[in-house]
Amino acid sequence: MKLKPIVVAATLLASLAAHAQNQITVVNFGGANGNAQKKAYVEPFEKATGNKIVSVEYNGEQAKIKAMVEAKNVTWDVVEVESPDVTRGCDEGLFEKLDYSKIGNKADFSPVAVHECGIGVFIWSTVMAYNADKIKTAPVTWADFWDTKKIPGKRGMRKGARYNLEFALMADGVAVQDVYKVLATKDGADRAFKKMTELKPSIQWWEAGAQPPQFLVAGDVALTTVFNGRIDAAQREGKNLAITWTGGIYDLDYWVMPKGGKNRDVALKYIAMASSANEQAEYAKLISYGPTNTKALAKLDKTVLDKLPTSAANSKTALQFNVGFWADQGEALEKRFAAWAAQ
Amino acid sequence: MNPSTTVLPATAAPPVAGVLPADLAGQLKRAERRKRLLSISLTLPLLVFLVVIFLVPIAALLMRAVENPEVANTLGRTGAALAHWDRKSPPPDAAYAAVAQDMAAIQEQSDAGALARRLNSEVSGARSLVMNTYRALPFDSKLSDQQVHQHMLSIDPRWDDISYWQAIAKNSERWTPDYLLAAVDLQRNAQGDIVRVPAEAAAFGKILLRTFEISAVVTLFALLLGYPLAYWLSTLSARQANMCMILVLVPFWTSILVRVAAWIVLLQSNGLVNRALMGVGAIDEPLALLFNRLGVVIAMVHILLPFMILPLYSVMKSVPPTYLRAAVSLGSSPLAAFFKVYVPQTYPGVGAGGLLVFILSIGYYVTPALLGGADDQMLSYYIAQYTNVNVNWGMACALGAVLLFTTLALYGVYRKVVKSELSLG
Repeated sequence: MKLKPIVVAATLLASLAAHAQNQITVVNFGGANGNAQKKAYVEPFEKATGNKIVSVEYNGEQAKIKAMVEAKNVTWDVVEVESPDVTRGCDEGLFEKLDYSKIGNKADFSPVAVHECGIGVFIWSTVMAYNADKIKTAPVTWADFWDTKKIPGKRGMRKGARYNLEFALMADGVAVQDVYKVLATKDGADRAFKKMTELKPSIQWWEAGAQPPQFLVAGDVALTTVFNGRIDAAQREGKNLAITWTGGIYDLDYWVMPKGGKNRDVALKYIAMASSANEQAEYAKLISYGPTNTKALAKLDKTVLDKLPTSAANSKTALQFNVGFWADQGEALEKRFAAWAAQ
Repeated sequence: MNPSTTVLPATAAPPVAGVLPADLAGQLKRAERRKRLLSISLTLPLLVFLVVIFLVPIAALLMRAVENPEVANTLGRTGAALAHWDRKSPPPDAAYAAVAQDMAAIQEQSDAGALARRLNSEVSGARSLVMNTYRALPFDSKLSDQQVHQHMLSIDPRWDDISYWQAIAKNSERWTPDYLLAAVDLQRNAQGDIVRVPAEAAAFGKILLRTFEISAVVTLFALLLGYPLAYWLSTLSARQANMCMILVLVPFWTSILVRVAAWIVLLQSNGLVNRALMGVGAIDEPLALLFNRLGVVIAMVHILLPFMILPLYSVMKSVPPTYLRAAVSLGSSPLAAFFKVYVPQTYPGVGAGGLLVFILSIGYYVTPALLGGADDQMLSYYIAQYTNVNVNWGMACALGAVLLFTTLALYGVYRKVVKSELSLG
């Protein structure tokens, strides 16, 4: 009987150690996307493997990852990052190189989703949206977005240069496939900013992804740029918001593992599961972001597919976000945007 | 005579004149020193705390604003090869060979990434140029300098663009004024002369001005609203004043995000304010109260108002009401008495409250980000952008340093004008 407390303590310690080993921290952007991930990935993973997942929300601040890696105290095991950050972080040695043999067959994924340091979480799109209760004639092109006579009212746009410069060039008549070619030149950038100046008095800027659907519902703006999943979430709440897919810019988020995480095996298992066809199909049913695993598409019915940025109709005139271009030009263009806004 | 006084000199010290006082002085000094050491050791934890929490980070921030190790650490040979280059003609083949050799010697990919990021913030496009080349290295060691040159051009033709070479040459030193210059819209050109940045890239001067302008407007309105309220509070009985003070303090204890969200609900185009105004027929179209300068100022004044009211109130409580009565009984009109007798006595509170609100406003970030447009963002928004989005910490630190020094300079001016230390009532 004397031994009992020691035994209890030892068992407790052992279970604690085991507990600590099998717990990983998964970081995503929260919101509707975070909720969908919880149902499609986190809960099934915990049930299937017995590992515990701590979910953390962040706003994409790469500074936190950089600080963790530099201090060699990495507490985030799996992080969802935006596409420019996966390339940049990989170049700067912030992320582990992924072992694809433990994730799945590379050929199953759409080619853009496969990166040496990350694998695509989903495909999303920045598109034009409007409140169908208030606007009778739907906007068709980005030129319509710029035409405040045809469709009066304010325009919601993301604060910053990214996406907006591309939209401005499309509104100015540049063909989708030439957008980045034009924007890379000095004249092209001038042209984009000049077009932005035309619309400037009518622009209402948004900062967080949740704002544009609110703007539309409140009637603050007539048209807005928005992440397509946010409109889907609003529609599920019964709001009559609609998307114009013409000239949308699609992009991917990626799973990465910050370098030096303590639970790499479990982290990789989580990524593998979140990249499997079944789970991605479940996720796409909860929020209309496109699966990166092409086999997931076969598991979805037409009503779900029609809402995804990846469907044939929606992606017909879509522009793929050019990560390389923004990694090179982003800092200069964002600074120019700040100067432009101050004029 | 008291026997003890006669005994003491004989036992304590030999009866030599002058020795005793000197010894006593020494003892006193020692005791004094011990006391001082004790008091210093008592405050030592606080001093250490201040240094660690306050001074070290600021020093580190200032260091980072002028540090420039990326190129110097990785491209040492290139720096030497470019030392005598005139920065106008095409660089010598030896420089191409040196770059190839230097980059092939980079052990950690993170160093190559840092080099790419540093050069890219100087010349857009350098990131892909450096990383593409880094991935293609090392070359065959038997190549001549000229062959290396040709080979690099075949990897990326941009290696013939002189601007990338100018960036390398300019940044081969370990310290740089470039971040600080950029933070005030200046830059060094290829020859090292300081010039203005082109108009389309000149942003930070205007942003800094805007930061101080918004802060000044917020301080003014906080004073205009806070002064009468604090005066009214100071005339109430203690019980009533406490009740009202709670009303001032409850919003003060509420999360800033909650208050920002509440203002969105109130001010949006079919929000409470606009509907009320339209309901009484004051306006036909909803007013634009949000996502512009007006919304930012309204919310910031509300959030910062307690910082104005509290110092004002504590000063006003200490002003005896008899002075005002005396002035009136001596024949002054009540209004003149208020402005000539009462108001000057509250200047310390006005100064303290104004300074507090102004300095807090300067660092505001969330409120303008959520309630303002693209041209209502204050400097801290861009500091956050450089920290989190561009991960260009040198630039973020330089902007922080500029903000710190202009604020200190303004505080210096304030002290010159007010001729008194900051007092909180």
